Amino acid sequence: MGHVLREGLQQVVNGLSMGSVYALIALGYTMVYGIVKLINFAHGDVMMIGAYVGWLATSRLHMSFVPALLLAMASCALLGVIIERIAYKPLRNATRVAALITAIGVSLFLEYGNMLVASAQVRSYPPVLPSVSYKVGGVYLQYGAIVIFATTIILMILLTLTVRYTKIGKAMRAASFDKDAALMMGVNVNSTISATFAIGSALAAAAGVLYGAYYNTIDPLMGIIPGLKAFIAAVLGGIGIIPGAVVGGLVLGLTESAVSALGASTWRDAVAFLILILVLILKPSGLFGKNVREKV
Amino acid sequence: MKVLNKKNLVILLAVLVVYGGVQAAIAARLIPPFYSVNLMLICVYVILATSLNLINGVTGQFSIGHAGFMAIGAYLSAIVSVKLHGPLGAAILAGGIVSAAVGFLVGLPTLRLKGDYLAITTLGVGQIVQVVFFNTNYVGGAAGFTVPRTVNWTWAFWLTVISVVIIHNFTNSTHGRACISVRENEIAAEAMGINSTKYKVMAFTLGSFLGGLAGGLYANYMYLIQPTTFSFLTSFNILVMVVLGGLGSMTGSIVGAVVMTVLSAYLSQFPEWRMVLTALLLIVVMLFRPSGLLGTKEFNLGFLGKKGESRAA
Repeated sequence: MGHVLREGLQQVVNGLSMGSVYALIALGYTMVYGIVKLINFAHGDVMMIGAYVGWLATSRLHMSFVPALLLAMASCALLGVIIERIAYKPLRNATRVAALITAIGVSLFLEYGNMLVASAQVRSYPPVLPSVSYKVGGVYLQYGAIVIFATTIILMILLTLTVRYTKIGKAMRAASFDKDAALMMGVNVNSTISATFAIGSALAAAAGVLYGAYYNTIDPLMGIIPGLKAFIAAVLGGIGIIPGAVVGGLVLGLTESAVSALGASTWRDAVAFLILILVLILKPSGLFGKNVREKV
Repeated sequence: MKVLNKKNLVILLAVLVVYGGVQAAIAARLIPPFYSVNLMLICVYVILATSLNLINGVTGQFSIGHAGFMAIGAYLSAIVSVKLHGPLGAAILAGGIVSAAVGFLVGLPTLRLKGDYLAITTLGVGQIVQVVFFNTNYVGGAAGFTVPRTVNWTWAFWLTVISVVIIHNFTNSTHGRACISVRENEIAAEAMGINSTKYKVMAFTLGSFLGGLAGGLYANYMYLIQPTTFSFLTSFNILVMVVLGGLGSMTGSIVGAVVMTVLSAYLSQFPEWRMVLTALLLIVVMLFRPSGLLGTKEFNLGFLGKKGESRAA
């Protein structure tokens, strides 16, 4: 019995570390969706670029973990703003399908552009995190898992504080509630949207560096599946709702590790998408969502 | 309007000339294998693009998992023709029907939702289909499923013609008009008494059926089908064809399918460049011409018939 319990706790630890990565990416999805109502398909690829910047910083520039993380976050924030300005802003009043198609285009551009620049080969991260693990009550806590979890918590606290108490956070909430009204109240909606993309992309970059440092290997297509999973997490928690993204990410991570523990790891992706379809059928507004009546 | 009017006769003649010309060239062994494979792929992609256009362009929904339905059609037809030794026609039809059934089951709950949910659901369905075939040893799993080549030019060409005619006639029928009205303004369409969910599901199911047919053609020509053949990239390629041609334009989708198939055949040595260029092309077209190159216009032979008579969609 004790063995089963230990095994279960071990899977909980694994699930929480993967779930944290999903949660970080999902935050960007949900913030962007909340404010411009666009599924930013390129978000998973911003995470991939973040992982590559982190890899460049640690393996070529020999930086340590925290500076590399900050560098990746800063450069992806810039990338996010550039993507928004070039590809999404001109389409803000076009049909949603046009914006969605552009997002897919940006996603593929980042993937295959990076494949041209950095080649398709799999790169491995240098050992930036010491590979020690602590045994707590029979469960192995890897140093990397602790770092992932701690970084995620710190970033989420920072994000919550930003959204709640700063001027830009207030502007974000106003713009996502009603863009036109916010505009009339003197909120600079354009710079608010840029800031949202910057913050979301920085969080995705952090997820990319953490992913690379913990799972060691990165490649140009690594962003697709975590990106989609993070989107599922965002929908699960209720898209547009920040705490929902975090809960959705962690729930998804835990579910996946439970599926793996049952010996069906090849079915993991299918289960994640099944969750998505079930959520869409049963409660499309997500766990934390409220039903909104449609106005003509 | 007579069926055998001047315009339709001209089209029929053109179709027969294309078929006869290629068939004669094949019989005379004038076409090298590289070209015959691509001719076949053009047929497959024309069916896929026009059927996706029915969902994305005519009805205004957004499906990005069309390769999933292609996969269902491909695997089901392969099972019927290889494991059950059924005739080719039955195999392809079975693939289409099962694909339509899955499309119906997926579409019924998700098409009630507004917004971008269909996009994500179809993406998810595409992934699930891939995972299911990947994990099913009966159909070869990851290694793939070997299928003998039974499809020839006659099959591919006439199946394509039939699919295009079905889509064209559907679009111009009462149901098709209802679908267009849903695209233009769903709330207004409902106010006019159109059951929007019904028409969305109808278009989606028909699109899935034809996607399945295309998969059946593909499977029985290519010798080998693998789950990875039907990945998101394939769905994306089909989407690009539809978008470039113009969402809502059937002839645009056909042109898009032909152009993209030929382009990717010639750029197949440089897959990364091909993808980067396609992505850029897509972004640029969306930024400067969000309705696609043709918009909802059709190429037509209006100069042959009376004005208004030949106006399509």
